[in-house]
Amino acid sequence: MVYLVGLLLIVLLGIAVAVAAKLQNVMGNIKSASDDEAPVPNNKINGALWILFLIAGSIGMVWSYLSAEAYFLPEASSPHGRETDSQFWFDMGLLTIAFFAVNFLLFFFAWKYQYKKGYKATFYPEDHKLELIWTAIPAVIMAVLVFLGFRSWTHIMSDAPADAQVVEIMGKQFGWVVRYGGIQDNKLGNYNYKLIDDNNSNPSGIDYSDEASFDDFINVSEMHVEVGKPVSLKIRARDVLHSVFIPHMRVKMDAVPGMPTKFWFTPDKSTEQMRAETGNPNFDYEIACTEVCGRGHFAMRLRLIVEDKASVDAWKQQQKPVLSQILEANPKFISKIPERLRAKAMDYAPYVEEIDITTATTGSATATSTSFR
Amino acid sequence: MSVVEANLEHDVHAHDEHEHHEELNFWRKYIFSEDHKVIAKQYMITGIFWAIIGAAMSVVFRLQLGFPGANLSWLKPFLGKWITETGAIDPNFYLALVTMHGTIMVFFVLTAGLSGTFSNFLIPLQVGARDMASGFLNMLSFWFFFVSSVLMFISIFLETGPAAGGWVIYPPLSALPQAHMGSEMGMTLWLLSMAIFIMSSLLGSLNYVTTIINLRTRGMTFTRLPLTIWAFMITAILGIISFPVLLSAALLLIFDRHFGTSFYLSEIYINGEALPNVGGSPILFQHLFWFLGHPEVYIVLLPALGITSEIIATNSRKPIFGYRAMIASLMAIAFLAFIVWAHHMFVTGMNPFLGSIFMFLTLIIAVPSAVKAFNYITTLWRGNIVFTPAMLFSIGLVSLFVSGGLTGIILGNAALDIQLHDTYFVVAHFHIVMGAASAFGFFAGIYHWFPKMFGRMLNNTMGQIHFWLTFAGVYLIFMPMHYIGIAGFPRRYYQFTAFDFAKSFTDMNMFISVAAILTFFAQFIFLWNFFYSIFKGKVAPANPWKSNTLEWTTPVNVGHGNWVGEIPAVYRWPYDYSKPGAPDDFIPQNVPHSQTLESNFPHENAYIAQEKEIEAQNYNDQFAAH
Repeated sequence: MVYLVGLLLIVLLGIAVAVAAKLQNVMGNIKSASDDEAPVPNNKINGALWILFLIAGSIGMVWSYLSAEAYFLPEASSPHGRETDSQFWFDMGLLTIAFFAVNFLLFFFAWKYQYKKGYKATFYPEDHKLELIWTAIPAVIMAVLVFLGFRSWTHIMSDAPADAQVVEIMGKQFGWVVRYGGIQDNKLGNYNYKLIDDNNSNPSGIDYSDEASFDDFINVSEMHVEVGKPVSLKIRARDVLHSVFIPHMRVKMDAVPGMPTKFWFTPDKSTEQMRAETGNPNFDYEIACTEVCGRGHFAMRLRLIVEDKASVDAWKQQQKPVLSQILEANPKFISKIPERLRAKAMDYAPYVEEIDITTATTGSATATSTSFR
Repeated sequence: MSVVEANLEHDVHAHDEHEHHEELNFWRKYIFSEDHKVIAKQYMITGIFWAIIGAAMSVVFRLQLGFPGANLSWLKPFLGKWITETGAIDPNFYLALVTMHGTIMVFFVLTAGLSGTFSNFLIPLQVGARDMASGFLNMLSFWFFFVSSVLMFISIFLETGPAAGGWVIYPPLSALPQAHMGSEMGMTLWLLSMAIFIMSSLLGSLNYVTTIINLRTRGMTFTRLPLTIWAFMITAILGIISFPVLLSAALLLIFDRHFGTSFYLSEIYINGEALPNVGGSPILFQHLFWFLGHPEVYIVLLPALGITSEIIATNSRKPIFGYRAMIASLMAIAFLAFIVWAHHMFVTGMNPFLGSIFMFLTLIIAVPSAVKAFNYITTLWRGNIVFTPAMLFSIGLVSLFVSGGLTGIILGNAALDIQLHDTYFVVAHFHIVMGAASAFGFFAGIYHWFPKMFGRMLNNTMGQIHFWLTFAGVYLIFMPMHYIGIAGFPRRYYQFTAFDFAKSFTDMNMFISVAAILTFFAQFIFLWNFFYSIFKGKVAPANPWKSNTLEWTTPVNVGHGNWVGEIPAVYRWPYDYSKPGAPDDFIPQNVPHSQTLESNFPHENAYIAQEKEIEAQNYNDQFAAH
C-alpha cells in the first residue's frame, strides 16, 4: 500500500498543477478578461475546485473506508462490546449522512453561487420557520442518541454480578501486576501501598495481616479468565495514572493511585475460538495502557487468555502463592505475620522444618526495627 | 436607545492625555507600544513564530510514527542527544514533542495568537474606539505573554527536556520528578510559564470586555455589533471565568511538587520508595484542568467562528443569515461549555451517574453548533460569492467544523467513549474541529485584514493555492486517523510494535506522515506571501472587500487613534449587503438611513428620526479635548 502514499502525492501535486496551469492560462489570456469579471482573480477556477474537491473527497472517503475496514478490530468478544459497536455504527451511519449532506450543500452552494457579473445576491437575513425546523431536528436526533447511550452506559456501569470472577489488575511503570484470590479461599486479601516491596516479591503490597491474602498469587505477564463467565476487574495503580485497555473486549478504565476503580465484562469468545475465527494461530487478547505514564507507556503489554474452566483451574494450580515465594526467599518473613496467623501462614512455607522459631522471633525484632527506620 | 445611556457617563475617563501628537520614540512605538494595532501585530508575529515551532515538532513525531525505525541521524544537528546512536528518536523526547506541540498550539498559537491578534486589532476598529480601554494593561498583557513564551522556549533546551506528560499534564506523572524526565525542570518551567500566560490572558480578556461594553461609538448598539465582536466578547468572558481555575490547578500542582502537599497525591510507591502522601486525588486535578480545558476549546474556536461569520457575509455579498440566532448560539455554546467538562473523564472511574449527566449536556451542544453550520450554508445560498483567500478559508472552516464536530457526538456518548477514549479517533476529532478549524480562522483573518494591518495586499493567487493545499492536506492527515482510532490504536504511543492488535496500518501511518509533511511545507507559501507583502505588496485600497464594518472607514495606513477627526457614528447593522433597491451591493454602518431612502424597509424609516439623537450623543473619544 505504498500506493496510498503515491496517491496522496498525486492528489496534492494534481491540485497544485491544476491551479498553477489554470493560472498560467488566465494570466496568459491577459489579466483584463478575468479581472474585470470578478473582484479577485481565479474566481471561476476556485468555484470549480469546490466541485472537484467534493467529488474527489467523496471518492476518497468511500475508497479509504473500504480499504481500511479490513484492519478494524474483529467483532467484539463481549456482549457489551457488541452492543456499543452496533450503536457506534448506527450513530456513525447517521453522522455520515449528515457529513455528506452538509459538505455537499456547502461546496455545491459555493460553486453554484459564485460571483456573476451583474447578479445581485438575495437579501435574506432570517427566516424563523426555517431556523426553528433546523433547531428542532438535531435536538430530536440528539435526544434519541442520548437515550441509547444512556441505556448502554448504565447497563455497562452497573454492579458486577455476584458470581463474577474477581481479578485485580494493578498498573505500574511499566507493566501490569495481576492478582488472584488464590485457590484455597478465592478471595483477594487486603493490600497497603506501604508494604510494596519489589525486591522481596511483593510488588502489589499484599497485606499478610489479612489471612485472605495468604493464598493470593500474582502474575506479571498473563491474565487467565474463564470464558462465558463475568469478569470483575479491580483496578488500581501504584505510581502514576494508567488505564486498562482491552481492545477486543471494548474495555477501558483508568487505574488511579489512591482510588481503586472497577470494570466488569463477560468474555464470551475463548482465545482458541478467536484463533479459529481470525485464522491467526498466534492470536492473543492483549491488555494495553492508554493513559500516558512515562517512557515505557507504549509497551505495557499483558496477555489475556480466555479459556474454559478446566484450563483456568489448571493454570491457577501452577501459580505459586506470593507468600510461598516470599518465605522461600526470606524465611524470617514469618515473623512479620501476626502471631495468631503464623501457624496458618506456615502452610505456605516451603521448608517448614528448617525454620528455627527462636531465630524467627529475634528476626522479628530486627525486622520490625528495620522497617521502622 | 440603550446605547444612549450606556455611553453617557464616560467623559470622566476621556482624558486628553493623547492630544499632543508628537512622534513617540522607537521603543514606545514598536516595542512597548500601547497602540492596539501594534500589540495585535506583536501577538500575530509571536503566534506565527510558535506555530512554526509547533508544526515542526509535529513533523518530527510524524516521522517517528510514519517511518518507525528510519534512520534520523540527519536530525542530530538540531536535536542532539535526543537522537540515539542508532538514529531513533528517544521515547522520552517523543513524549516531550507531543506535549509541547499540544501546549504550544492550544495556548500560544490558537489562544494568544488568534484572540490576541484579532481581538486586539478588531475590537477598537469595529466598535469605533480610539484604542483599548487600557492601553497600558494591553501592553502588559502582551509582555506577560512574551515572558511566558520565553520561559517555555527555554524549557525546550533543558538537559532533561521540556514537560512531557501530555499537554494535560495529569499528576501524579507531572508531580513526581522521579516518575519521568519531563517532570523535572521542564515541568517547573511549564507551570511557571502557564501561570504567567494566564495572567496575560486575563489582562487581555478584561480589556476586551471593558472596551466592547464602554467604548462603542455613537449608535453602536449591541445589536449592531459585528459578529466578530460578539464572538470576541463571549470568548473573553469564557477566559475570565475559566482561566483562573487552571491557575488554581497549576498552583496546587506547584505546591505538590515543591512544598510537600498532597492535593493530587495518594498512596504512591515509586522508585523503590513509598511516598508519605495520602488523601489527595489525581482526579481532582482533572476536574480543575478540564473546567478550563473544555471552555478552552471554545476560547480557541469561537473567535474563528466570529471571523468566519464576518468574512462569509462580506464575500457572499449577503447579510449573515440569522444574526440573532448566531449570537444566541454563541451564548448557548459558551454557557454549555462550562458544564460539560467531565466528558473528558468518562473512564476515570467517576460516578457513572455523573457520566450520564455529562453525556446529556454534551450532546446538547450539537444543537447550537448545527444552527451555526446551517446559518453559514444559508448565507452562501443565492449569494454572489467572491473567492478571496479569506473566503476560501472561511468556507473550509465551516466544512472542518461540521466534519470534526460530528464525531464529537460519538465521543460525547459515554458508552461509545469507553472504546474510543484516548485513541486516534479522539486525535482526529479534535484536530479537525478545534485545531484545523481555528487555524483556518486565523488564516482567514490574516488574509482578510492584512490590508488594514499593513496597508498592502497579499497575493490572492498564492493565497488560493495555499488554501487548497492546506484544505486537502488537513483532510488527508486527519480523516485516516479515524480509521486508526476505530482499530483501537492508543494515542501518545512512541511506536506500535509492542502489540499485535496495533501492528496493522503501517502504510496508513506513513500516508498520514507524508500528508503532514507536505502540508507543513505548503505553509511556507503563506509565510513567503506574508512577509513579502508586508514590504512589497500592492498598496491596498481603502475598502478592498467592499465591507460594511467601521474599520474600513479609517485611512489605509491607520494612525494612532484610528480615525482622523471624529469617530464615525453608526446607524445600521453591519450586514446590509445586496439590499434591494440600493445602488451598491453594500451599505457601510456609518451611512445613515436618511441617505438610503431608496433601499430602506418601512420600519427603517423610523430610524431616521433617531439620527440626530445619535449624532448628539456624547461618545467615548479618548482623544477629544474637553
